[in-house]
Amino acid sequence: MEPVLSVRGLRTHFVLPERTVQAVDGLTYDLYPGKTLAIVGESGSGKSVHALSILRLLPEPPAKVVAGEILFQGRDLLKMPSEEMRAVRGNRIAMIFQEPMTSLNPVLTVGEQIAEAILLHQKKTKEEAWAKSVDLLRKVGIPHPEERVNDYPHQFSGGMRQRAMIAIALSCEPDVLIADEPTTALDVTIQAQILELMKDLQREYRMAIILITHNIGVVAEMADDVVVMYAGRPVEHAPIGELFKNPKHPYTKGLLASVPSIYERKERLEAISGQPPDLTGGFVGCPFAPRCPAVLERCAKDDPPQFHLKGGRMSNCWKTEEESEERSHRFETAKGER
Amino acid sequence: MSERPILEVTDLKKHFAARKSMFGEKTTVKAVDGVSFNVMPQESFAVVGESGCGKTTLGKLVLALEKPTSGRVLFDGQDMSKMSAGAVRKLRREMQVIFQDPYSSLNPRMTVEDIITEPWVIHGMHKDPAVRAKKLAKLLDDCGIAKTYLPRHPHEFSGGQRQRVGIARALALDPRLVVADEPVSALDVSIQAQILNLLKDLQKERKLAYLFISHDFSVVRHLCTRIAVMYLGRVVETADSETLFNDPQHPYTEALLSAVPVPDPSIEKRRKRILLTGDVPSPLKPPSGCRFHPRCRYMIDSCRVDDPALTEAKPAHFAACPVRPFKDKCSEAALVSL
Repeated sequence: MEPVLSVRGLRTHFVLPERTVQAVDGLTYDLYPGKTLAIVGESGSGKSVHALSILRLLPEPPAKVVAGEILFQGRDLLKMPSEEMRAVRGNRIAMIFQEPMTSLNPVLTVGEQIAEAILLHQKKTKEEAWAKSVDLLRKVGIPHPEERVNDYPHQFSGGMRQRAMIAIALSCEPDVLIADEPTTALDVTIQAQILELMKDLQREYRMAIILITHNIGVVAEMADDVVVMYAGRPVEHAPIGELFKNPKHPYTKGLLASVPSIYERKERLEAISGQPPDLTGGFVGCPFAPRCPAVLERCAKDDPPQFHLKGGRMSNCWKTEEESEERSHRFETAKGER
Repeated sequence: MSERPILEVTDLKKHFAARKSMFGEKTTVKAVDGVSFNVMPQESFAVVGESGCGKTTLGKLVLALEKPTSGRVLFDGQDMSKMSAGAVRKLRREMQVIFQDPYSSLNPRMTVEDIITEPWVIHGMHKDPAVRAKKLAKLLDDCGIAKTYLPRHPHEFSGGQRQRVGIARALALDPRLVVADEPVSALDVSIQAQILNLLKDLQKERKLAYLFISHDFSVVRHLCTRIAVMYLGRVVETADSETLFNDPQHPYTEALLSAVPVPDPSIEKRRKRILLTGDVPSPLKPPSGCRFHPRCRYMIDSCRVDDPALTEAKPAHFAACPVRPFKDKCSEAALVSL
């Protein structure tokens, strides 16, 4: 199967007068149709910045994509003229955000906002767009859509707003849906509804989903593949079952062990000691080394390459060097350039 | 247990006056509407519920930061609503609070040292510099705060470090009861685990009782021994933690448990999810009869009319559901079913 979206060696930096923050520093993955790829990491790991880089929504300056390729249907989005990019954004690649209240326009009705997306990208009359808005609201499970289509966002509950956001994102039947912490602001029972809805719609439209989250439970429920990010770089990439069964990178291990589960009561959680690093100015060696329980001498000096392991897995840790079949550099693009 | 509870809450109510719109008729929001429970010394008791269920208001009532509409809060057998302001202040030493957001709950203009030692100044304690220094050193050590932090300001620290400062401030007066309102929900998972471990250690060492207010069942399971589940201002179920997870008796608890994502894909594939329909109803207009009936899959006709009381469903296990769907057969969402 051909990937629908390929990210190669993506590096997004924020160039500030006094310093440069390397928010994303060498991210590579393939996204396949109908599959969900979860990007997992803690705040500041670069997961949201990477998503905004794909859609070219970051303000430049201070943000700057300094290297890499984002291949969508064979074309590099980073090199696309902005006119063409506008036809992709919201149309072929759509995005939903964490806080549905701040991402919806408070002075337009929900219907107007859905119809806006349809009118922008499709040859439809206003009446047709309006009728489709009602259909979409019904599809995402809003009761009485004929009436609710005239409501303003503040008249919707948090869960309904997120449903409305999903309706907007789906209005053009995108190939890729980027969901940035879509349920973080919601209560668990509402979260369960939204996740279920996303799964149903994915099946129906064969969408590929990039799910950005810090919630390991949500990952376990939704993802087919997982990229774990730390300090702006991917530290591990694996199919979901393998990742949980046999995590390779010490950060992944620590992350999984530190999550409390309702299914077991541990006497102590295995916390990762220390704090996440400062991303200014780059790193000598592995950025996780100061917190790593399995640190080797070389980790502080040598930046580990990406070790490709059996089963299509990748680990960015010197400890996995022996079992690796191949290695690459995280800045490598499709042509093998850095 | 013949010991006296450190906290006794009896039929506590807090109603707020509200209007449905700017010129609309006056109504009341029954934020807390008849809640009773006891917390024993050195026990960790959790109040769990979704947003708007009244759990935060309950916490404020317990701390006498809000005046109850009716009902009683006894701290160590004493009713604070009947005491003079001076006596209340004295009693407050024994009960302290940890807030959710370590960014807004620390004064940005004060140094860490001033923040932690302010309670001593207010209560005129430890005036002798030698005693004070010794007490402070112990407190810093217990909470995992480096001495070098003392002259610095909150903005220089990450969320986890700030929350440690918030905890140190709460423990400065050697309280016997700590109300913790979502103390880890603003933190990243690896840091959350550090703070949860810290709270657990401190409880053991300082013989604290916790009233832990949370929406997160996984966190609660890790830390707490007894749980009350709240829905729209009422406690719908209360039991010790293991019992509640293994054999929930209220349909709302069942749905909440099944909605919590589990960080294990093999469990996620097997488990049964009960999706609640709709949103939590507005507390301005709670449903008649049982407040959960519009979303309940076990609803019978009488649920629309009869307001159920909390009754002992099984020994030491109380639930407010007269239908008793899990009387003989355990819920499919119970942990033991896996």
